[in-house]
Amino acid sequence: MRKILLRLRVNGAHHEVAVRPSATVLDVVRDTLHLTGTKRGCDMGTCGCCTVLVDGRARLGCLTLAAEVEGCEVRTIESLREGEQLHPLQSAFAECGAAQCGFCTPGFLMTCSALLSRTPTPTPEQVKDAISGNLCRCTGYTKMYEAIDRAAAQMRTEPAREPELSSREAVSGGSR
Amino acid sequence: MTTWTSPAISSMRLERPRSLAHALDLLEADRGLTPMAGCTDLYVGIHFGSLKQRRFLDLQPLASLRKIQKRPDGTLVLGALVTYSQCLDSPLVARALPMLASAAKEIGGVQIRNRGTLGGNLGNASPAGDTLPVFLAADATVVLASARGVRRVPISQFFLGYRKTARRHNELITEIEVPPIAGKQWFRKVGTRAANAISKVVAAGVRGEGITFALGAVAPVAMRAYAAECALGSALPLSEAHRALRSEITPIDDLRSTAAYRARTACALLTQFWSETR
Repeated sequence: MRKILLRLRVNGAHHEVAVRPSATVLDVVRDTLHLTGTKRGCDMGTCGCCTVLVDGRARLGCLTLAAEVEGCEVRTIESLREGEQLHPLQSAFAECGAAQCGFCTPGFLMTCSALLSRTPTPTPEQVKDAISGNLCRCTGYTKMYEAIDRAAAQMRTEPAREPELSSREAVSGGSR
Repeated sequence: MTTWTSPAISSMRLERPRSLAHALDLLEADRGLTPMAGCTDLYVGIHFGSLKQRRFLDLQPLASLRKIQKRPDGTLVLGALVTYSQCLDSPLVARALPMLASAAKEIGGVQIRNRGTLGGNLGNASPAGDTLPVFLAADATVVLASARGVRRVPISQFFLGYRKTARRHNELITEIEVPPIAGKQWFRKVGTRAANAISKVVAAGVRGEGITFALGAVAPVAMRAYAAECALGSALPLSEAHRALRSEITPIDDLRSTAAYRARTACALLTQFWSETR
């Protein structure tokens, strides 16, 4: 099949990839860029495991064509921590026991980071609404609410953290 | 490296138009081209094998279809690629069509709302599409464009049958026009879980000088309940309106609900509409 060449910006790095026109963002980040933190759950937009940020908004990697995000800033779970320093959401999820099997966790963390960057002091209703598109079959959500509250409180006391932008130009010839 | 690819998706062909005119030319030239917008239904259909089409026209490059505008005559014009999140963020929608904002809030989680489009909901024409009763109750007009010109179809004539619309193969839904609405607007969705469930029954209504009430998932198409509207308008007892409503809907048993539950719920929604818009 004819492939198309895309220039994508993922986690601050530039990538040039040759993919099928129908390749999704999920296909490209996992299989071409080998960023496997983003999970393939249902592949039909129900579970939220594949959530990434496109220009700061939560989007489903499985329902978004890679060709569409050319010129956008894509962020995956791999960009959340800063060096060895976990993001406040990651620390809070660990401390509160908000991750059990862990498969849904990257999706929740990305959804929550989009929420907290737009709404630093969310009401319980806003938190509930924000994570309504992410499914977790282990935790029962209570510990997640605690973790999100804790992270929000911590982020309000810390100076806003700008995501580290790498100027590294990575060129990978994807095979998809 | 192992690469997982759905066999169905790997055989897809995708056209990416440069402009609306280009998109319309592509549609004119190829009968088998299916327009795709947010893909929230389409990709599911491809994965499950229920969608047989393999050639698609990606509408995402058409930025001109993403606008929400108000004309001087008060008509609200919604571009076909407007997402549910845009509806929720729009002061124009909040003022002119609050029942659309209510519907958008109950459609999917945040990620689906950032992705799904109004034109997609109309074009897909699922009987359970959540915005369809809203546009029916609002007496909206669907604007269809082709390389040969523009056609305006009243929404009451747009849904022809189960997932079948008045859109011709060479046409694109470009806009939805909503006339100014006088009266109280009302929306309610009944399903198992707001963010992740398809509606068992969904309803929208307007109560002002005139009365409109529309329902989804109680017939092969989303529909206006004209007989029930008429009964309510002539101040008959509510039980008469219920009788009228039961006579015009044709709910079915399926995996989400039963015909009996849907009929009872449709009547309950009519009661709720009437009491909450007093």
